[in-house]
Amino acid sequence: MVEIRFHGRGGQGTVVASKVLADALAKEGNYVQAYPEFGVERRGAPVFAFIRIDDKPIYDKSRIYEPDHVVVVDPTLVEAIDVTEGLKDGGVIIINSDKKPEEFKIYKIFRVATVNATGIAVKHKLGTLVAPIVNTAIVGGVVKILNLTKLESLLAAIKEGVPLKPEANMAAAKEAYEKAEKVL
Amino acid sequence: MKKVIMGNHALSWGAQLGRAQVIAAYPITPQTQVVELLSEMCASGALDAKFIKVESEHSAMAACIAASLAGARTFTATSAQGLTLMHELLHWASGGRMPVVMGNINRAMAPGWSIWADQNDSLSQRDTGWIQFYCSSNQEVLDMVIQAFKVSEALLIPSMVVLDAFAISHTYEVVDIPDQDKVDSYLPPFNPPVRLTPSDPHAFGGLTSPEHYFELRYKLQKDMEKVPALVEETGREYEKLFGRYLGQVENYRCDDADLIFVSSGTAGYTARVAVDELREAGIKAGNLRIKLFRPFPFEKVRQILIKAKKVAVVDRNISYGHGGIFYQEVKSALYGYDHNLPVFGFITGLGGRDVTPGTFKEIAQHALAKEKAEEDIIWVGVKR
Repeated sequence: MVEIRFHGRGGQGTVVASKVLADALAKEGNYVQAYPEFGVERRGAPVFAFIRIDDKPIYDKSRIYEPDHVVVVDPTLVEAIDVTEGLKDGGVIIINSDKKPEEFKIYKIFRVATVNATGIAVKHKLGTLVAPIVNTAIVGGVVKILNLTKLESLLAAIKEGVPLKPEANMAAAKEAYEKAEKVL
Repeated sequence: MKKVIMGNHALSWGAQLGRAQVIAAYPITPQTQVVELLSEMCASGALDAKFIKVESEHSAMAACIAASLAGARTFTATSAQGLTLMHELLHWASGGRMPVVMGNINRAMAPGWSIWADQNDSLSQRDTGWIQFYCSSNQEVLDMVIQAFKVSEALLIPSMVVLDAFAISHTYEVVDIPDQDKVDSYLPPFNPPVRLTPSDPHAFGGLTSPEHYFELRYKLQKDMEKVPALVEETGREYEKLFGRYLGQVENYRCDDADLIFVSSGTAGYTARVAVDELREAGIKAGNLRIKLFRPFPFEKVRQILIKAKKVAVVDRNISYGHGGIFYQEVKSALYGYDHNLPVFGFITGLGGRDVTPGTFKEIAQHALAKEKAEEDIIWVGVKR
């Protein structure tokens, strides 16, 4: 079983990111369980989404407290909250950032990877310059870095599950998949 | 067709595949997506049903009752304050023998204002004459809605399909969505013996003197008593077509168990994880998950529990002044059959406090350490 926690801010599509990833994983026959933070979301406030992945049915319906990996959709959260809370030793922190993984030296016992999802989203005109929609790009990076699914499964999931600009979203995911900076 | 869908949409899909003809509902967190998708299905024509917008849950149930009386298959969904606002009409639906099917998302009752899961909303409707099914996964929600139409319409008793807030309602899982043709072969159109129609006028719900009322209630109870056998039968038929058995209870590793948990809802699945971990540690644990709460499956519960050395009932609800509601039911199922079997009653997870495998292990530790229950309520995870 693999458990991943996503950190984002309300309005960035963090929950959609976990849903798209779940779709891609299900296409390859995995069992998945994806859920948002249990509660009310506010635009701009820190939000969470979670995903459990297994090759057999998942019976644990409790929340995830000790994820294997975390994904930081909004880089400003790195300084705002402790994104490593409960993260297992050796876990990967995937950060949406144009920096190199080496520049995040604060995380000594964890591995860091980066993907410039914001830059990619802006390039593909997803959302606006001020509020780009980065979810499909970040998932492209996540899938590559954690070796979760084939790129084709993710692209198919985006095509079926993302109603607005599916082509641009697929292109963003593909570019992120190709450009993700690998784990330190 | 396998699809990743949220639990709320599993209710909507169940209603669509069941070919609901009239839907009247009022949105409430955490149920809203059920109604959103159903209204889209009605608007797009994917579901050939009349969607009635109403100003309250009381009106939603009133509209469902009237539609059911006219011979339409009806569906609604609600949660917590919405369900309790329907209370008067829940009696009306069952007393009038209208087989409405309703999804209820278990949400704690306010105040304190809460949108998170516990079972007090649906369990406080225990005596309204509705059949109640409790689900543990998105798949089970979809399957249960289809079966509920079949059971309800055969006996003319309404059904509630109950699921936890967030842990099911907002959680995405892979769901096998059955083929419409197969569902149609399982669930024929609703065809009540008497209906409200101008061509054959009847009066319904009129003044009923002491000469007749008693017999109406006797008949409702007699038909309620038929539910367990019918649930077995319709469950087996469903299994033949779709490969999934619904039934009254789930027996997970109970047959040789010394300690059996009794649980329901999502906690009833999480319990399985704890059972496996306890067994690895050498403790013979099992889990009896209650899927059918009304009528209570007394016989099944008795058959399974009677072989245990200890029983730990885990309630995510409370009857103030008494204790856990499933605990009461389990004790009454065993009364007169085994006076020596220690039955412990635990209350946990109220208002959405998480119920984890660790919660069950803590419960096991308590039950294993004591000869018998020393108090009516054993609180787990409460801050005091």
